[in-house]
Amino acid sequence: MNRRRAVNGFMTAILWASAAFLVLLLLAILIYVGVNGRQPLSWEFLTEPPRDSMTRGGISTPLVGTMQLVIVSMFFALPIGVVTGLYFAEYSRDGLFTKILRLAIRSLAGVPSVVFGLFGLSLFVVTLGFGSSLLSAGLTLGCLTLPLIVTASEQAFRAVPQDYRDASYALGATKWQTIVKVVLPAASSTVITGAILSIGRVAGETAPIIFTGAAFYAPDIAKSLFDEVMALPYHIMVLATAGVNIEATRPIQYATVLVLLALVLGVSSVGVVMRRRLRRSGR
Amino acid sequence: MQELNARRQLEADLSELTRMLMRLSKMAEEALARSVWALKNQDVETARNVLDKDDALDQLTGRIDVECMNFVARFQPLGEDLRTVTSIMHMAVDLERIGDYGGNIARAAIELAGKELMKPLIDIPRMTATLSEMLEKAMSSLERREPALAREVFPLDDLVDDLEKQIMRELLLLMMERPQRIEQATLLLNVARTLERAGDHITNVAERVLYSLTGKVIRATDFRRPKER
Amino acid sequence: MKGNVQIRSQNVNLYYGPAKVLKDITFDIFDHTVTALIGPSGCGKSSWLRCLNRMNDYIAGARVEGEILIDEHDIYARDTDVIALRRNVGMVFQKPNPFPMSIYDNVAYGPRLHGVRSREQLDGIVERSLRGAALWTEVKDKLTSSGIGLSGGQQQRLCIARAIATEPKILLMDEPTSALDPMATARIEELVRDLKKNFTVVIVTHNMQQAARVSDFTAFFLLGELVEYEVTTKIFTAPDDKRTEDYITGRFG
Repeated sequence: MNRRRAVNGFMTAILWASAAFLVLLLLAILIYVGVNGRQPLSWEFLTEPPRDSMTRGGISTPLVGTMQLVIVSMFFALPIGVVTGLYFAEYSRDGLFTKILRLAIRSLAGVPSVVFGLFGLSLFVVTLGFGSSLLSAGLTLGCLTLPLIVTASEQAFRAVPQDYRDASYALGATKWQTIVKVVLPAASSTVITGAILSIGRVAGETAPIIFTGAAFYAPDIAKSLFDEVMALPYHIMVLATAGVNIEATRPIQYATVLVLLALVLGVSSVGVVMRRRLRRSGR
Repeated sequence: MQELNARRQLEADLSELTRMLMRLSKMAEEALARSVWALKNQDVETARNVLDKDDALDQLTGRIDVECMNFVARFQPLGEDLRTVTSIMHMAVDLERIGDYGGNIARAAIELAGKELMKPLIDIPRMTATLSEMLEKAMSSLERREPALAREVFPLDDLVDDLEKQIMRELLLLMMERPQRIEQATLLLNVARTLERAGDHITNVAERVLYSLTGKVIRATDFRRPKER
Repeated sequence: MKGNVQIRSQNVNLYYGPAKVLKDITFDIFDHTVTALIGPSGCGKSSWLRCLNRMNDYIAGARVEGEILIDEHDIYARDTDVIALRRNVGMVFQKPNPFPMSIYDNVAYGPRLHGVRSREQLDGIVERSLRGAALWTEVKDKLTSSGIGLSGGQQQRLCIARAIATEPKILLMDEPTSALDPMATARIEELVRDLKKNFTVVIVTHNMQQAARVSDFTAFFLLGELVEYEVTTKIFTAPDDKRTEDYITGRFG
């Protein structure tokens, strides 16, 4: 009796401790980055490009570049991912082919991002001849998030109650009409939530874009799909490892990390809040 | 399992209702038999006894009514259960009326006590005996769930009607002979008429028994000789 | 009471794969009546109901033999337009299932599918249908709010409004009150009695008192067979078949 209670208490303590450790770790990172990166942070920092070999100025070019990458990747991945999810949820029969396809997509999600980078390099940059560009990098990032979006949207479509479909069929709707008028709208908010969460992922990736379109330095924001772009994560890496005067760029480096963290966490928490609100509204 | 239990309770309650109805029937039958016995033997005490018991009879009728409503409210019966419980409600009304008739006859007995009877009573007790037989047949038909027994009630009502007519003719003759008998003869006529009506109520009871057992609406006239006009 | 035959079921057998779910179901349903289908779970009553608007088509391996004639037309004939059939045969389900869209759009869903575009026309249909489902006064000021926000009973009446918006002749109801509280149930029942003025109603129910309250005719299904089909009052007071009697008095099921 006593022993069981002791074990129970011990286990509770361990679980508590590990949860507390995680929270502390996150806090520590945030505080560390915050303290170190607070000083250069200003409106100008966000709106001005880097100057003097990146030892001064702001981060406007990598910030805009990241947003451009997100937009390009979503333009590519969202339609394909949603349509594939729709296929899995509504049309595929549970056969061997579907199983293999699904397994392939699931394991794609586990592939290291640097592999995507190399894949993007050989397909988009070289084979398709897009060169090192916004387009190549965006498409590569799109490939990276595709499995996420497919899985999220398949689940979203499957979560639409069969009752809705029955009601629609009983009113004389065809399968396509039912999908367009009932299933898609009912699943859309969940799909969008999934997309937002994957935006967070896209914004934070470095490896896939190093070979495909991220610029060490670009004097201006990309004006066409075939220009190179600067991106926040790569910019941080550059600042930390390849600067002319690393010590002098330290504060800028931390401030950039702070902006990236805020961006990723902000986007993700929008996604989480949306998901929670959806759950609460009863679906 | 739950279903079975629900059914068990329903059946227990329904047979309790049937038992109450049979007790009411016994009381009504007794009221008739004892009041007629008091009339014949000019026994005031027995007659008063019948009147005293009338309250108990009314109370039992009231209880059957309430219990039937409770039963309907609790089980919302259908089919045979529904037929049985509604029939019990109707039969209780008929039986109560028969009990009231017993009271009426007892009052007549008290009035006639101490006066010399114009004739020995033979046919009136015979009517009563027939009525008892009818009631017993109807009730055991319900208890044993044998429709055939209830059907035997109907021809017996013909017999009761015959006896009533016979008594009427006899009393009319006697009245014509000696008009001073009119008062007593009217009283006896009323008793005979009352017994004939009791027969009609028992016929109703038998019809109800048959309906609750078979689900078919049965008219007593189908089992009786055609009415002469 | 008997009018014209609206639905004629002739020797209908239904298979789910190798399993025979309905055996030789033959009976006629008359127009402007409420017909209740009763029987224990798995007796085939819902399956038969779903034959009437061919909802069984979506079940893999489902196969129908025999004929179901609606207004003397075989709905399983090759030339049957399933979409037209379903416009003609509305359905209300066990669980209230309004679409996650506005009350107005819920009701307008069917008419829009079938090509009604004019706003004016749709307004008329929506109001008429909601009135027909006894919901108009409760929702007329919030037609644009979501159908999901209504109470369970209101949701089910919204589903009824949605089903009658395509102006069907027949309304199928599959245990429409089994998810509702007694008050909401009573309102739906009242509505069902009202609906038969304009529709032929076929209602599946597990609640025998409900069948007794709302229907004119009752069909008792058992193990995929139609045991007895009769005027409702007869079925519930003095059925002919011993199995019906046993079922309605709760001896089994």
